[in-house]
Amino acid sequence: MGVEGFIRSGLKDFLIEVAELSIFAGRFFKEAFRRPFEFKEFLRQCYNMGNRSLLLVGVTGFIIGLVFTLQSRPKMMELGASAWIPSMVGISIIREIGPIITALICAGRIGSGIGAELGSMRVTEQIDAMEVSGTNPFKYLVVTRILATTLMIPLLVLMSDAIALAGSFMIENIKGDVSFRLYFENVNSSLTFGDFLPSTIKTFLFGFAIGLVGCFKGYYCKHGTAGVGVAANSAVVEASMLLFVLDFVAVLLTDIFYDL
Amino acid sequence: MIAGYMDKKPVIEITGLTKSFGSHQVLNGFNMKLYESETLVIMGKSGSGKSIMIKCLIGLETHDSGTITIMNKNLDKVNEDEMMDLRTEVGFLFQGSALYDSMTVRENLEFPLRRHTKKFGNIEDATSLVMEVLKSVGLEQAIDLMPEELSGGMKRRIALARTLILRPKIILYDEPTTGLDPITSKEIVLLMKSIQQEYKTSSIVITHDVDCARFIADRMILLVDGINYAEGTFSELFSSEDPKVKAFFKS
Ligand SMILES: Nc1ncnc2c1ncn2[C@@H]1O[C@H](COP(=O)(O)OP(=O)(O)O)[C@@H](O)[C@H]1O
Ligand SMILES: [Mg+2]
Repeated sequence: MGVEGFIRSGLKDFLIEVAELSIFAGRFFKEAFRRPFEFKEFLRQCYNMGNRSLLLVGVTGFIIGLVFTLQSRPKMMELGASAWIPSMVGISIIREIGPIITALICAGRIGSGIGAELGSMRVTEQIDAMEVSGTNPFKYLVVTRILATTLMIPLLVLMSDAIALAGSFMIENIKGDVSFRLYFENVNSSLTFGDFLPSTIKTFLFGFAIGLVGCFKGYYCKHGTAGVGVAANSAVVEASMLLFVLDFVAVLLTDIFYDL
Repeated sequence: MIAGYMDKKPVIEITGLTKSFGSHQVLNGFNMKLYESETLVIMGKSGSGKSIMIKCLIGLETHDSGTITIMNKNLDKVNEDEMMDLRTEVGFLFQGSALYDSMTVRENLEFPLRRHTKKFGNIEDATSLVMEVLKSVGLEQAIDLMPEELSGGMKRRIALARTLILRPKIILYDEPTTGLDPITSKEIVLLMKSIQQEYKTSSIVITHDVDCARFIADRMILLVDGINYAEGTFSELFSSEDPKVKAFFKS
């Protein structure tokens, strides 16, 4: 197979994957609005996802706040702009770093977990067993999980943003003797609703993407022992790619919107 | 045909069932009838399409052509709700038990009840139903255990209890003794027999286990090359001169 053939078959696989994922998303929207709604399972998923990611997201958020401030501080001092550190860090974290880093971590933590869990349920015929016993497995397993990630990722991002800012404040407080009040007044005055709204909307999309890809990979897991591993792994890889694409599109749209 | 069967009504009837995956023709015109309150054993080599056949029967796989009729309903003509109702009448015991591994035994058994309030009225306390089926399989003490804490034989029993909780009229067993040691296999077969008598079900049992077939079969079908190659009682098939039939019984 020559280079051209390689590209051609790669492109074909890619398009098929995109089409199947879109069909899966379509099915989600169809089933999500049909009764009965599996509220208990939805809450259980939200709780599990939050519970399993809280520490990880908190620690990484804190470290990012610390490191980001430590790294930019010397340059800002040199330029005589150290007073701008809180604004700069605040804007970067809230608009970009908080959402994307948290979403990537959640793709690794939550997305792969969903892929592996549904994958093993598929392979061991648990999904078939649900279907046979009269429960729609798509509604019970897939709809609840996608809704849960769509709700929980934005909440985790908010928490991560707050902790990252706290980390940044700690450095400023130790190194620059900036008070809590001064720091947050500084952050607050430079942040507008226009910084906050698009990045929050974006996080809902991130959450949706993580749940969608994880469920898609797990639900259609190939049989055999290798299948579950492949499902978990490809859930992370494809969700991460999708996150960057969505991020790019969201930023582009925001940019166009603000130019108007 | 065995005397007395002709005047009985079939609860399941399959005619001319075909199913292929790509170029691989798995079922090639399979015919079968299951009569009321009989136990039909289906034997076939591994990979011969036995699981696919009963999965078509319960709508987990789609078939390419042929008709499947369960209790006078043609599967191609039922809508989603009717299919759900039909599934309360047909229990399925999966090859690997397929217990929900994130749920306790109690939750596993209660799971089928959640969608079937129609058949049982509104269930306030499912505990009595759960205890009743656990008693039928002799595992009342396991109610609060997780599936991972159960042995292979116990899993099979709990899976059977989960099938029984909807009071099915028909039970489909996919290799109920595969992967179990001989003594546990024997226990499961005895249990199936006693369930049969207690709940008056009609059953299809898929197995390669000759002892199991000998003990439990009222009638047998051998699935070879995608068709119902031979039919009859255990002793009829056991004494057959056909080399393909003989291959099943020599060991
Ligand atoms: N989803 C599938 N895709 C392709 N081939 C399949 C699929 N499921 C089953 N098969 C093939 O169908 C044949 C019958 O499978 P099965 O009914 O599971 O056999 P068994 O008689 O051992 O239960 C096997 O050869 C298997 O390779
Ligand atoms: Mg099988």
